[in-house]
Amino acid sequence: MILLRAAGLAKKFGGVRAVEALDFEIREGQVFSIIGPNGAGKTTLLNLLTGIYRPSAGRLWLAERPLAARAPHEFAAAGIGRTFQNLQIFFNMSALENVMAGRHLHERCSLAAALLRAPRLARAEYACRRLAAELLEFVGLGAYALAAADALPYGALKRLEIARALAGEPRLLLLDEPAAGLNPSEIRDIDRLIQAIAARGITVVLVEHNMKLVMGVSHHVLVLDYGRKLAEGAPDAVRNDPRVIEAYLGAGES
Amino acid sequence: MRGLLALAAVVLLAPLALANNYHYEIAILVGLNAIVCVGLNLLIGYAGQISLGHAGFFGIGAYGSAILAARYGWPPLASLAAATAAAALLAWLVGRPILRLRGHYLAMATLGLGIIISIVLTTEDGYTGGPDGMSVPPLAVAGFALAGERAWYWLVGVLLLATVWLALNLIDSPVGRALRALHGSEVAAEVAGIDSARHKLLAFVLSAAIAGLAGALTAHYAGFITPGKATFLHSIELVVMVVFGGLASTFGAVVGAAVLTALPQLLTVFKEYEMVVFGGVMMLTMIFMPKGLVPTLAALAGRRR
Repeated sequence: MILLRAAGLAKKFGGVRAVEALDFEIREGQVFSIIGPNGAGKTTLLNLLTGIYRPSAGRLWLAERPLAARAPHEFAAAGIGRTFQNLQIFFNMSALENVMAGRHLHERCSLAAALLRAPRLARAEYACRRLAAELLEFVGLGAYALAAADALPYGALKRLEIARALAGEPRLLLLDEPAAGLNPSEIRDIDRLIQAIAARGITVVLVEHNMKLVMGVSHHVLVLDYGRKLAEGAPDAVRNDPRVIEAYLGAGES
Repeated sequence: MRGLLALAAVVLLAPLALANNYHYEIAILVGLNAIVCVGLNLLIGYAGQISLGHAGFFGIGAYGSAILAARYGWPPLASLAAATAAAALLAWLVGRPILRLRGHYLAMATLGLGIIISIVLTTEDGYTGGPDGMSVPPLAVAGFALAGERAWYWLVGVLLLATVWLALNLIDSPVGRALRALHGSEVAAEVAGIDSARHKLLAFVLSAAIAGLAGALTAHYAGFITPGKATFLHSIELVVMVVFGGLASTFGAVVGAAVLTALPQLLTVFKEYEMVVFGGVMMLTMIFMPKGLVPTLAALAGRRR
């Protein structure tokens, strides 16, 4: 099934066309990578897919149905989760609470129940806490559960964001440069983590500069350049595409 | 919950140290300000949204209940409830547009709101008595007036404990987590499915309702109110109490309110310089303990252990 379809997607900032007339389809269960030089529009595209930006033109379908969401929290409710290139951690909470906050969509809690500490709420909180602890374990941060988020090292924060996004049980998980700034051993951990997430049946969109990671983990690669689609296909086909090589290495002398 | 028990012990035992009615009066004012600050801390400390106009909601509660009881003969309990609801309603109406603003812009908008309320209370002298103030009937239930400093002390003490209990429950719930999350990163909260506009409004309305209730109680307790309690300066005092005690610390809000309400009363020599003292406290707090008194002391105690 096509989990996400974009048709004619475009975003202009003043006169700058950050994303232009973009069509693509993401199949359910795939790891779909988006690559391209800096400024190609990758993060803009993720922001369009999560409602942080409104598209200037174009339409989106999620699971064959037009995506009616407007605000970012409605995109989340529709089943799209994400992480951020520049960390967006809740530094005023513990690691565990960060993940528990990511569970918001699945918590039913009225203001009255919250104020009066309803007994039903206590049970739900216990379940939420357990699930968050399991997710921290899953991303390899079990030891940090009770630590304050601002005490965690950078590499751990990257994985904390992934755990928080997973807590929302997204159908589509967008990872914005999860390996940026990590050392080779941490990148191997991220590689394994992405494969484990895909094995859970979650469709992953990966924006990443690390080509080894992208080529190893992806089923499908979309190459952007100046906001347009430059190439698309299986990792091997894209890697050998002369247009892609030119965009990355610059035009050769001829 | 240990904190709540400790606070209950303080409320229970404090009368041993209160020698006369003047001491009780200070304790009652401390309690009423502490209730406002616990509510305001939900907005500023937890949800991360500033309000420089909360004395306005306090004033609406105070004058609303006073006018309904004194001029329209409402029973004080009904006027108290109606005035609290009025403060909440105004916060809901005004909060929807202005909570889209952030940082300095939100500060300016709430500042403007507070000033407008204060000016209305001062100029509508047909209802409010203008700058001279108005007298307020005592709080009475089924014909029995709540009179005397001791009775008020216990009422305010119980209400303070109830407010703190509700606030602690809220903070530790999914709703409270959502508030703290949007303080931590609004964009991350949104992509986690948290409706940030709705949660900001919730914290704003809740804190305004609490301020309105405390304002109404203050009016009925004092028996007389002037617009002074609804001014910009009082809004600032409330924020200073919250920041001094410790942002995102419910007991910090109580301690901040206690210290900064009692201190000027006890050091009457400084009366003329009250705002100077407040300004000084604010500056020293920001420089030496930006997290506020209670979180700083808690961190010190934790390190000692």
